[in-house]
Amino acid sequence: MKKKKKTHDAAAVNGLLVRRPIRRWFPLFILPTFVCFIIGFVWPFIQGIYLSFCNFNTPKDASWVGFANYVKAFSDTGFIHAFTNTASFAVVSILTINVIAFLIAYALTQKMAGANLFRTVFFMPNLIGGVVLGYIWSMIFDAILKGYNTYLTANATYGFWGLVILVAWQQIGYMMIIYIAGFQAVPGDMLEAAKIDGATGWQTLTRVIIPNIMPSITICTFLTLTNSFKMFDQNLALTGGAPNIMFNGAKVNMTELLALNIYNTYNINAKWHGAAQAKAVVFFLLVAVLAIAQLTATRSKEVQQ
Amino acid sequence: MKEKKRTEYSPGSKILTAFFILLCLVWIMPIFEVLINSFKENAYVNTNAFALPNKDSFVGFANYIKGVTFGNYPFFKALGYSFFITVVSVAMILLFTSMTAWYIARVDSPFAKIFYYLCLFSMIVPFQMVMFTLTFTADQLKLNTPYTIPIVYLGFGAGMAIFMFVGFIKGLPLEIEEAAAIDGCGPVRTYFWVVLPMLKPTLISVGILEAMWVWNDYLLPYLVLDRTKYMTVPILVQYLKGSYGSVDLGATMAVIMLSIIPIIIIYIFCQKYIIKGVAAGAVKG
Repeated sequence: MKKKKKTHDAAAVNGLLVRRPIRRWFPLFILPTFVCFIIGFVWPFIQGIYLSFCNFNTPKDASWVGFANYVKAFSDTGFIHAFTNTASFAVVSILTINVIAFLIAYALTQKMAGANLFRTVFFMPNLIGGVVLGYIWSMIFDAILKGYNTYLTANATYGFWGLVILVAWQQIGYMMIIYIAGFQAVPGDMLEAAKIDGATGWQTLTRVIIPNIMPSITICTFLTLTNSFKMFDQNLALTGGAPNIMFNGAKVNMTELLALNIYNTYNINAKWHGAAQAKAVVFFLLVAVLAIAQLTATRSKEVQQ
Repeated sequence: MKEKKRTEYSPGSKILTAFFILLCLVWIMPIFEVLINSFKENAYVNTNAFALPNKDSFVGFANYIKGVTFGNYPFFKALGYSFFITVVSVAMILLFTSMTAWYIARVDSPFAKIFYYLCLFSMIVPFQMVMFTLTFTADQLKLNTPYTIPIVYLGFGAGMAIFMFVGFIKGLPLEIEEAAAIDGCGPVRTYFWVVLPMLKPTLISVGILEAMWVWNDYLLPYLVLDRTKYMTVPILVQYLKGSYGSVDLGATMAVIMLSIIPIIIIYIFCQKYIIKGVAAGAVKG
């Protein structure tokens, strides 16, 4: 009872001393961010949804066509191929990145000489931009493949695994940092209790450590999932979608991921602008659903603290 | 006084260290490759990229001189624009979104709530969803110069920043702000003298994450900027590779090296903050 009274008072004081005076300064505190947010996000988003139902060259000459753009988008073989390509790329890179980052983080949190230096080295590729990364690796892959008398864009398999290696090199360091923070947050007394109870190293890992670092696993799978679906720069710079084949009279870029496919669709010509925007809306829905589903699924497995 | 004991490493841990030394060498191999090839004549980059420069292939800084001048856009101009856009955008994001976040965290109005949920929503929207329409809007409002593009970055980057700041501010004790108010501070003074200094750890986190994004961003400036006049480093690298890269790989490697060097220097000096900032930022996200 007493406690309730106190929060009530605090709220009143808050209202009187902090809240009301801030509200008077609304233009200063909210307006700059809000105006930019409208320009940079809200308006383009709404206009994007609207234009996905239109034929347009610029927004001024837009004419309503209903779902025609969506039909056109889904009947495009390139788009379907980009979708399956992105899905398999996401699965492979989520697994490689998280498993390797987890193992490295586990090793680096043990008593080991030079752990800090190793951490610094592994994280470094993350600071390099996607376009630059793409060109570094295309040079390296071409040099390796030259030994076998071939080159990176000769075969879609090379391009696919090349991108997996590139992205692993870039992101393992980042995920490793998050896993290290997770390992360091495992309560010491729990580890001690496990030791006293005679748990083996494997049991400690699977029964004590992994449940406790579930939040890190959630974050890292979430980040790697959304990163792989939104992958653009690296894809553009490494292969640019090459090689391409003709399929039913349409050009299909074999190593193209969804984001690059949307971009390339827009650049075919003005007749494809609407379909590109429709693809973008589908892409947004896909990323949003995946992100939310993944977050709720892994969050439910986290240890309550 | 703390007595420092020499840590004893078990044989197993020594083997692990040796393994990690090897792994780290593999890890920096790509950068090393760029470095050696940036000193080799183009023909040698094509025939044997893995060989160290020798008497025949070594060309000194010729590739670098060629790299910063070839094309019709000087490299250092692009570097300057990249630097300017990153610094101004990050400064604006930090200042304005932290102010907004304080308002949202302390004022419980429907507007503040709706704005906050819109920010959360914006975090799951991929750039491709808005890129075409954002380009039109930016063109119409004449936001296509390096001096105005920070407005676009503030708009599109606000979501994550506000989310992180609100999370942090909600954990701050209200009593400090009340005390400031009782002592006669208005909201503006309270914010700049009391709240902002307490935000320092989150300011560092958000600043690093946003700086990494803006500096390396390719597509947004490519679409928004008037490319006949303004290029950033990623745009220039893409442009050079597209037009000259197949012609002169050596010079392209020199440009890539030049674009990596500033990042590595900053990383060496600030790695503690960068790694801490990333860890803290991710845990909150």
